[in-house]
Amino acid sequence: MERYWNKEMECATLSEMKALQSFRLSQTVRRVYENVPVYRERMDAAGVKPEDIKSVDDLYKLPFTVKQDLRDTYPYGLFAVPMDKVVRLHASSGTTGKQIVVGYTEKDLDTWAECCARALTAAGATKNDFMHVSYGYGLFTGGLGLHGGAEKVGMTVIPVSTGNTARQINILRDFGSTYICCTPSYALFIAETMEEMGISKDEIKLKAGLFGAEPWTEEMRQEIEEKLGCKAMDIYGLTEIIGPGVAFECSEQSGMHINEDNFIVETIDPDTGEVLPEGSQGEIVFTCITKEAFPLIRYRTRDIGILTREKCSCGRTLIKMKKPAGRSDDMLIIRGVNVFPSQIESVLLSLGNTAPYYKLIVDRVNNTDMLEIQVELSQEMFSDTIKSLEEEEKRIKNAIDSTLGISAKITLVEPKSIERVEGKAVRVIDKRKLH
Amino acid sequence: MNNIRQISVFVENKQGRLSAIIRILKDNGINIRAISIADTKDFGILRLIVSDPDLACQKLREQKCTVTITEVVAIEIQDELGMLSSVMDILAEDKVNVEYMYAFLSKSDNKASIILRVDDNAKASEAFKKAGVIQLTENNICEL
Repeated sequence: MERYWNKEMECATLSEMKALQSFRLSQTVRRVYENVPVYRERMDAAGVKPEDIKSVDDLYKLPFTVKQDLRDTYPYGLFAVPMDKVVRLHASSGTTGKQIVVGYTEKDLDTWAECCARALTAAGATKNDFMHVSYGYGLFTGGLGLHGGAEKVGMTVIPVSTGNTARQINILRDFGSTYICCTPSYALFIAETMEEMGISKDEIKLKAGLFGAEPWTEEMRQEIEEKLGCKAMDIYGLTEIIGPGVAFECSEQSGMHINEDNFIVETIDPDTGEVLPEGSQGEIVFTCITKEAFPLIRYRTRDIGILTREKCSCGRTLIKMKKPAGRSDDMLIIRGVNVFPSQIESVLLSLGNTAPYYKLIVDRVNNTDMLEIQVELSQEMFSDTIKSLEEEEKRIKNAIDSTLGISAKITLVEPKSIERVEGKAVRVIDKRKLH
Repeated sequence: MNNIRQISVFVENKQGRLSAIIRILKDNGINIRAISIADTKDFGILRLIVSDPDLACQKLREQKCTVTITEVVAIEIQDELGMLSSVMDILAEDKVNVEYMYAFLSKSDNKASIILRVDDNAKASEAFKKAGVIQLTENNICEL
């Protein structure tokens, strides 16, 4: 028997859902027009008034919002409530050293917990279950997002956060965790570490895991399910929209239901901005219609996906999104950490004697993302001993690790051996076959 | 000072790279007196004693090679059992550390030449002088 957290919303008819969305959309648009100067200016420039937005069918009239807008208005420029109403801030890793900040009112936190509670319930969780949260808690939305959802469900929450895999495994075993959330690659790393420690999957009690924050394949799902002896469910979210829980998988495991009573979704042609019909692959765009503090309007995610309203065997009528097929910009997600080539460039440049010519090679070895950074050797870095070159490699490796939190293999290459191009350089070679 | 100049070239571990570097020397009439390569998984360092270090350095850099000049000590010993051992003893006694070394035989007169990269050239030089070990100059090397 399929269980729902909020059957009224999750199984609403299309006309009920559209009516609700239309009402919430018109209210949200009026509110941002009145409270956020950027939205008012944009709408005025586009000749759209709040009263022009009466239903979801009018959505296309509104201008898009993009990530750059969040950076331009950093930190609080897009907030739609006074700061005394904001009870929580989260941030996501910046692309050019500048992170983006999002805020939540008390009601927003409740909306978020509701979204995650639906995801957990769809994965079979009840108040009798134990939730092992091994997403990070520090500014990242993953940890506290699912934490809130699990508490709402009434689960016993274990806020482990990231790191120290052996300790994580001991907690999994000793505390009897039945649910876990982390990145899929970390789930596999836990499985491998368990093997090394001589702990079999029968010694832990996991029923299911909610894995997200990075792209993963069906093969990886099968491997996680087999090695950890649990169901592996996909969960999707973006800090900008709310965090994890924007969309979630049900028992059918064939795409994620979007919590569309909170987030209206569209697919657009990334080049023209034209709205695409259901079933066509395009860039995913979200509009928040229940958020108070940070309601983004037509936010372009850069994620590429397909939407469908085909009947789902779980009984939910919420629109489904096929796993995002990739990102339309150059961001890399390595072991769940967002990395932009420009961030690596700035680390290299900060070291002083390295040239700003580099190439990133990403591969997945034994289901773990590996990043190799080829760096051009400069005349200043070079000396006649191997020892000193190895020290240079180590120095770069440590700087990348401490600044970006990712471990990379550094390979020194000959000067001018990395091709120079006019305009957009191809700095990344992604060998991971995820799609 | 008896130090001689060694040129070191960074060589990526790629097919044809070494041959390209050596060809630059040949094309510019630069003779190689001694050669050694240190290698790691991803790159190597080619170390050379050549007839004209300045020209070699200039020509290699023109061809976008990463080159550095290091002063090393060169000595000449009899090619006999135990000779190298006694040289190493001299350095050990005076606490001179050897980073790396390579040797080659002279064309005549049963002699061997040794290139030494040490942590303190002056100290090594002094120790050799005291012990009566023959040190080679750049001119000596060119004439070999």
